[in-house]
Amino acid sequence: MYQYTEEQILSMKKVEETRNARFGANIPRMSAEQKDEVLASFHPDYITGAYEELKVGKNKGGKVLHELADLLQGRSRVLDMDIDLTNPDYDVDVLVIGGGGAGSSAAIEAHNRGANVMIVTKLRLGDANTAMAEGGIQAADKENDSPAIHYLDALGGGHFKNKPELLYKLVSEAPEAIQWLNGLGVMFDKEADGTMVTTHGGGTSRKRMHACRDYSGSEIMRTLRDEVFNRGITVVDFTSAIELIKDVEGKAAGAVLMNMETKEILVARAKTVVIATGGAGRLHYQGFPTSNHYGATADGLVLGYRAGAKLLYPETLQYHPTGAAEPTQIYGALVTEKVRSLGAQLVNKDGVAFVNPLETRDVTASSIIRECKERKNGIQTTDGEGVWLDTPLIEMINGEGTIEKRIPAMLRMFGKYGIDIRKEPILVYPTLHYQNGGLDIGANGMTCVENLYVAGEAVGGIHGTNRLMGNSLLDIIVFGRNAGQQAGEKCKSVEVKELTLEHVKEFEKELQDAGISSEMPSPRLLPDYARKAN
Amino acid sequence: MEKMVNVYLFGKRYQVPESLTIMKAMEYAGYQLVRGCGCRNGFCGACATIYRIHGQQELKTCLACQTKVEEGMYVATLPFFPLVKKVYDIEKIKPTQQIMMQLYPEIYSCIGCNACTKSCTQELNVMQYIAYAQRGEYEKCAEESFDCVMCGVCSSRCPAGISHPQVAVLARRLTGKYIAAVSQHLEKRVEEINDGVYKALIEDLMQKPVEELKELYNHREIEK
Repeated sequence: MYQYTEEQILSMKKVEETRNARFGANIPRMSAEQKDEVLASFHPDYITGAYEELKVGKNKGGKVLHELADLLQGRSRVLDMDIDLTNPDYDVDVLVIGGGGAGSSAAIEAHNRGANVMIVTKLRLGDANTAMAEGGIQAADKENDSPAIHYLDALGGGHFKNKPELLYKLVSEAPEAIQWLNGLGVMFDKEADGTMVTTHGGGTSRKRMHACRDYSGSEIMRTLRDEVFNRGITVVDFTSAIELIKDVEGKAAGAVLMNMETKEILVARAKTVVIATGGAGRLHYQGFPTSNHYGATADGLVLGYRAGAKLLYPETLQYHPTGAAEPTQIYGALVTEKVRSLGAQLVNKDGVAFVNPLETRDVTASSIIRECKERKNGIQTTDGEGVWLDTPLIEMINGEGTIEKRIPAMLRMFGKYGIDIRKEPILVYPTLHYQNGGLDIGANGMTCVENLYVAGEAVGGIHGTNRLMGNSLLDIIVFGRNAGQQAGEKCKSVEVKELTLEHVKEFEKELQDAGISSEMPSPRLLPDYARKAN
Repeated sequence: MEKMVNVYLFGKRYQVPESLTIMKAMEYAGYQLVRGCGCRNGFCGACATIYRIHGQQELKTCLACQTKVEEGMYVATLPFFPLVKKVYDIEKIKPTQQIMMQLYPEIYSCIGCNACTKSCTQELNVMQYIAYAQRGEYEKCAEESFDCVMCGVCSSRCPAGISHPQVAVLARRLTGKYIAAVSQHLEKRVEEINDGVYKALIEDLMQKPVEELKELYNHREIEK
């Protein structure tokens, strides 16, 4: 048994007492006006004090969070180094930076086009947010659904800010993405006759969430990784990209790499470069905990920005409504949205379900913050506060055994601390989950810097200013494949000229001219959690 | 003041708060992790760990990010283990018993010691899924191994040198691609999209003004 506080135990009793009355009850959805109101007052994206204006680069004058500004305007790690660019350690057609789902998909597709591909990753291949995505992947492949309906759902969820040509691609190529993964051997949840088991996610109007139990991302990642190895694609692991290299014509032409353990500096020359470095949760914007993996430090945004690429919506982050608020050991860890898809309600300290559990993520997260901060209906936890997510409802609705069958990872994660989610509710609070914005690309996956492609969470614009559940696993596959196809094709006609890091010096000069003199090494590469003696 | 416990990281003693996981205890001790740390959430298998509690015989295994420290815990992490990964062409192999014999013949040297199952950080019945693989029952092997995070602890304990997680990946890929029934509705939809069935519908949406899109969105029918 987990040691809850007395206050927590009393509140949990109220949740139990009200459960039968809440079972099957209709929790009203908010009107458009109510949603706008709760977002404006409680969503972390609206806290102006957390932002500052960029002084240099393509987004000069635009606002980003302090933590990102510090890195975008930080000090390049190569400035103090003497690097010989004339004798590259690696010379390839396509250089993929990042070893998650987007990078792996890109590498496989570039390989399909006969390109000599190399993946560089600062951890291991597959240590990525992809492997942690539990809930599922969207695709409109059922009779009552269509890519057009998917389009409208994602557009509304994204506050109508999505880049239309990117969203068109996302929804139109979604079924093919599922087919591609299935063809590689990914085991989707299916009925005996092959019909995909699909559910709702927050903000979907059709049940189009495909899953592999609650190991969806893990199953996809381990399959992609296996395929990368089967093809003999070069993977340089425990090695980060610390700066992009251009050629004298200003085109992307490789990267300066650093061995994370020995700090050895290596040079990779490439005809095309794909940034697939993922998100930024480990920057802990506004002090939030995060559901992200250890390497999510926005490196690709920094590299791309210094090389002259533009950011789109870098100011919008996604705070997943349900991070674990207790026990403290897993503070911030993701409790998949699938828990709510299956019927668990969000309940305050008095046992009242205060928000429809299937509102979009930003609305749900803001409602939880309001319930705690304004209405004082939250429950104190070790690290802050939270509300109940009433998991036992799942088995009342779907029958006994559902939790073990459909969300085994959740059962295991809480079970380790003596919490049986089949019998007791759990405490949750929003956690920093996803970077909605990122580098701006066209439908061909390329930034405004020639031969520089981006895929996955490092891209901005696909999801507008708020992503729906299940559209991220989808985007890493659709845009990862796209970047690989495009970069793998483009490299055939590229002739790399002399390599240079002049753009880094120019950026530094711009910083100096703007009066910024930063000592912060940038990109971050890894968070620093080591306790300092004294 | 929180209660402190003694843990021995690679043999060296540190005093750390008892609420910490092994991973956080390493950071509390001053380590800046570069290896042996990935998702910090129990999904990636990067932080496989072997430990023994002082005075106890049993050698235990876990994921460092998912396990609390204990008094007298001697910890050795396993950031890498040399699993054997055989290369194959998924398009060319078939879900027959022979393929496992060809690629991973060592599974037939299993002596039934059950050390793999006892050591599994996910509490899977590893020996059972290897038995299914031996018999070419890939669907059962896939089912039994589904929650595997490929940390490699099972293989580190195996006297027969089996790379269990790799066997399981092969079984799952065979199941996903060849054994599970084909999704007809998916095939049909991909074909329709390739035929351009939805192109005009979406393009029509793309050129609508935002106000009209908002109307459509706010009044769209939501499947029960």
